[in-house]
Amino acid sequence: MDLAFLADCFLRIVPGIPMTLALTALSVSVGLVFACLLAAMRLSGNTLLDWPARLHVFVFRGTPLAIQMFLIYFGLAQFEVVRTSVLWPYLREPFWCAFGALMLNTAAYGSEIVRGGLLAVPCGEVEAARACGMSGFLLFRRIVAPIALRRALPGYGNEIILMVKATSLASMVTLVEVTGLAARIISTTYRVFEAFAVAAAIYLAINFAIARAVAALEWWLSPHLRGAPPPAPDLRLAH
Amino acid sequence: MTAAPPALELRGIVKRFGALEVLRGISLAAAEGEVIALLGASGSGKSTLLRCINCLEIPDAGEVIVAGEAIVFRPARGGRVPADRRQVDRIRASLGFVFQSFNLWSHMTVLENVIEAPVHVQKRPRAEAIAEAEALLAKVGIAEKRHHYPAHLSGGQQQRAAIARALAMHPRVLLFDEPTSALDPELVGEVLRVIRGLAAEGRTMLLVTHEMGFARDVASRLVFLDQGRIECEGPPAALFAEPPSERFRAFVARHREEERLRGAG
Ligand SMILES: Nc1ncnc2c1ncn2[C@@H]1O[C@H](COP(=O)(O)OP(=O)(O)OP(=O)(O)O)[C@@H](O)[C@H]1O
Ligand SMILES: [Mg+2]
Repeated sequence: MDLAFLADCFLRIVPGIPMTLALTALSVSVGLVFACLLAAMRLSGNTLLDWPARLHVFVFRGTPLAIQMFLIYFGLAQFEVVRTSVLWPYLREPFWCAFGALMLNTAAYGSEIVRGGLLAVPCGEVEAARACGMSGFLLFRRIVAPIALRRALPGYGNEIILMVKATSLASMVTLVEVTGLAARIISTTYRVFEAFAVAAAIYLAINFAIARAVAALEWWLSPHLRGAPPPAPDLRLAH
Repeated sequence: MTAAPPALELRGIVKRFGALEVLRGISLAAAEGEVIALLGASGSGKSTLLRCINCLEIPDAGEVIVAGEAIVFRPARGGRVPADRRQVDRIRASLGFVFQSFNLWSHMTVLENVIEAPVHVQKRPRAEAIAEAEALLAKVGIAEKRHHYPAHLSGGQQQRAAIARALAMHPRVLLFDEPTSALDPELVGEVLRVIRGLAAEGRTMLLVTHEMGFARDVASRLVFLDQGRIECEGPPAALFAEPPSERFRAFVARHREEERLRGAG
């Protein structure tokens, strides 16, 4: 084992971490907004909204992310309308193309997770809220959303981790992130194992941190699933 | 001077599920302080009637009048819908509904369950709502469980918490849908005791129950539903002594038999 080389690999790959994290954070957060929008469209009961949302999920879930990225970055430039459009300054940039593909992808998967969370809200609890005079946004904010969030969180944590790994495809559209830097080391040293092992370890560390953060959030949000609290002090005994 | 309107009045309530006509014109009035027990075989429409009162189901015809105010409906595709969502919310807030399956909000503690609607629907000050909730929880005998989540309570405790939640809204009328049917037999008594206490306070209540003895003790009037209609009604003592209808007599006999078998088993 050449520890010195491993350390060297590590130091040369570390500068790619911010790009990996930025792609993940941006696509996951914007993707979540779109995911909620798509889930709302699916659950609206309106065919004109439901249908485009279904189509989006069908397309982005059914095709490889790498091909989506190639289509957006290399493919769209073929068209004159794209090159003259207001979006061109963005579509020309590999970062925004990778972000777009990742974001649209996670929006598709995320919408199914959000939809599942919303459908898993027990209807008895919603009825109890209605029976108390709650409706509309109040009902959503106080009852539906908190319950759905708790149901969706484990699945969404999974999705975030998948997104971290998916950012490694961004190296194929010339972005310099963790995988791209590892590949660059290999192209000059031909030491495939060490470079990729270090890159893998970095992904592992990032995902470990994310998994722990999601687990902590879950723990914090679900005191009702843990053991009962100790009995409240009996006030009468205090006197 | 006109007499005060009944706390709750139903006029000709009809409810269909597709081709199935579950309620075929139910008219009923509950005076202030009256306790009405609704009896009927399984599937006779007792729950549906209760749910029509606070618009958890929309009656296809008929009127629901709470303290003199009729819920306004407007025609819609395939039937009708409430004309004013805010009126429905307001009327629902004035009717306490206790479900067979408790339906406490699982992500909130018992105390949070009880103050939720007073604080967020009725906009009462939080401190005041908490003080009142604690008094209500003491009244139903689960004060020491106030910081527990529903999952950590027995069925009887959950149902008592649900009753406290309903009481916290200061409802004009309490609606109970088989409040003890989901409970283990040894937990039924504690819940019935609470309901009995509420009846003694002079609260207006509509109570669906299979506990015949309890209905007889607590109710000022029994209403027997059969095939979507009120088959007979009257004061419990009179009704049991001299069943005015053959169907009611058969229903009571069947129940006695069941209770006897359960007692023997
Ligand atoms: N949402 C619904 N859709 C279709 N049919 C329904 C619905 N709710 C109730 N029903 C039917 O209406 C009839 C009356 O139901 P309901 O629940 O009111 O009876 P119940 O008297 O409360 O019975 P139980 O004593 O078993 O609770 C039943 O035949 C039931 O199948
Ligand atoms: Mg029922």
